[in-house]
Amino acid sequence: MTLELKDATKRVGAVTHIKPTSLILQPGHFNVLLGETGAGKTSLIKLMAGLEPIAAGQIFMNGVDVTKLSTQKRNISLVHQFFVNYPHMTVFENIASPLRVAGMAESEIQGRVEEAADILRLRPMLKRRPDELSGGQQQRTALARAIAKESTAVFLDEPLANLDYKLREEMREQLPELFAGRGAVVVYATSEPEEALMLGGHTALMNDGQVVQFGVTAEIYRAPRDLVSAQVFSNPPINSASVIKRGNEIHLDTVASWPVAGKAADLTDGPYSIAIRPSNITPERKSQTQIVIPGTVQVAELSGSESSAHFSFDQQNWVSLSPGVFPYDIGKTYPFFMEPSKCFYFAPDGALVA
Amino acid sequence: MKKRYFIPLIYILFLMLPIYWLITMSFKTTGEILSGFSLFPQDLTFENYRVIFTDPTWYWGYINSISYVTLNTVISIAVALPAAYAFSRYRFLGDKQLFFWLLTNRMAPAAVFALPFFQLYSAVGLFDTYLAVALAHTLFNVPLAVWILEGFMRSVPKELDETAYIDGYSFPRFFVKIFLPNIKAGVGVAAFFCFMFSWVELLLAKTLTAVHAKPIAAIMTKTASSAGYELGLLAAAGTLTIIPGAIVIYFVRNYIAKGFAMGRV
Repeated sequence: MTLELKDATKRVGAVTHIKPTSLILQPGHFNVLLGETGAGKTSLIKLMAGLEPIAAGQIFMNGVDVTKLSTQKRNISLVHQFFVNYPHMTVFENIASPLRVAGMAESEIQGRVEEAADILRLRPMLKRRPDELSGGQQQRTALARAIAKESTAVFLDEPLANLDYKLREEMREQLPELFAGRGAVVVYATSEPEEALMLGGHTALMNDGQVVQFGVTAEIYRAPRDLVSAQVFSNPPINSASVIKRGNEIHLDTVASWPVAGKAADLTDGPYSIAIRPSNITPERKSQTQIVIPGTVQVAELSGSESSAHFSFDQQNWVSLSPGVFPYDIGKTYPFFMEPSKCFYFAPDGALVA
Repeated sequence: MKKRYFIPLIYILFLMLPIYWLITMSFKTTGEILSGFSLFPQDLTFENYRVIFTDPTWYWGYINSISYVTLNTVISIAVALPAAYAFSRYRFLGDKQLFFWLLTNRMAPAAVFALPFFQLYSAVGLFDTYLAVALAHTLFNVPLAVWILEGFMRSVPKELDETAYIDGYSFPRFFVKIFLPNIKAGVGVAAFFCFMFSWVELLLAKTLTAVHAKPIAAIMTKTASSAGYELGLLAAAGTLTIIPGAIVIYFVRNYIAKGFAMGRV
């Protein structure tokens, strides 16, 4: 089973919400849509689900053109960010609902609902109504409905965003195995880069109604196509700066410079942009190749065993993220160590060059 | 007696006083009513009620009223449901204006429409039918019902509609099986207000009927003038008119509180 978009476009009035998008989504792994709020993830999902009219382009499921097919006939499932269940039905009836509409035999409905309920640990709740359940149970009910249906495509629109931290971790681990071996194309929208990395599979980076890069998640993390891709796929935000290559050296204004190495050595002299992940700027020296940049700390955060510092250097804001606890004093200047070989180099037009 | 019961007690006393007076009067003879002040019927009589339940001109008044009121409520809700759905779910040209101006008919007294309606219904042969009164009342009730229902529908998230479509529900099936059960409180409240308006509205109902569809309130005014004032009989008829409203209120009492809480009633 596959889900294919060909120049799919969405417009509302004169405003283009989804620019022509072409994607081929495969089953067997998660297809993550990663982008900030408002990047068009939900719009794209609604387009694929047929809930919103397509302005141009085509959608294929298993090679069949479904562009003109109504939502009801597309055999899909959708789990919303908010827990959406039928409030007037029991959990059992909620899970059974798509099967009943399809006219399935009662004995088979019973079996399928119970199977889905067992997987999602809802067995004791089958007779209750959704408003008697906790948030996590409500969302599991919605997931159970998606599983019981055995759809061609399953859309998960930030399904964990409204759950508390612990539950989110737990369900994120469960999700991939939940859909493994079911043959459905799973599309998962999220605004958190870590979530995409944890889920693996393929990722489509979205920005401003456009898929800016699509590929194997780990690969596009390692090699963002351009600065926008690098920015979308980074949390905390990736550091970027303008540099100039002159001979064998890269100059960051007049305040820092380092010798070229690796692919960057082949670049012609001239202006470039660099981007470097916060985890590659540390408050402790890790190797001799690191260069020192003095930064005045503005905001410091401690999350679990990681310390992050937002500091200013060369009139720009930078972020450092490193394991360990560092008690930064706000307003004080610390030496930070940056690993130049971890820099992405982008040409002035934005494309990754080294 | 505890102090905190005092104010509510007074409140209820004042509320119930006219109703109590009406009910006691209905069990008195006209002579006793005219003779002076008495808190309880001195000479308890059921004669007034016997007259109403045996005289066709009386009990047909009730049947007529209930008939056109029910017909009106059914038509109003049936028309208002799809309209309210459209207002709550779609954006279309002039939707906001339309929604507001729905209420124009409620800005004028019903009497304004009595003359044109009388002429119109006479011309098309609907005069003195249940349908005539029911249709005349929809002019006021449909906008009100749309207004109330829209509020309830708006509180149902659009994602519920989408989930149902994805599950394979066709629109009609979704509307009946999923949507209606979720706004049944709204339907109850809207039906209640339609019922009550139609039940107490007298002028149009009186103007548009002569014999066959004559409402109970019109019969009350007529009978009174025939053989002097039959006050006991009138009180009994009045008492009976309270009953349908009381029954309807009993069924929707919880929903009405919800409707008020939503600020749409």
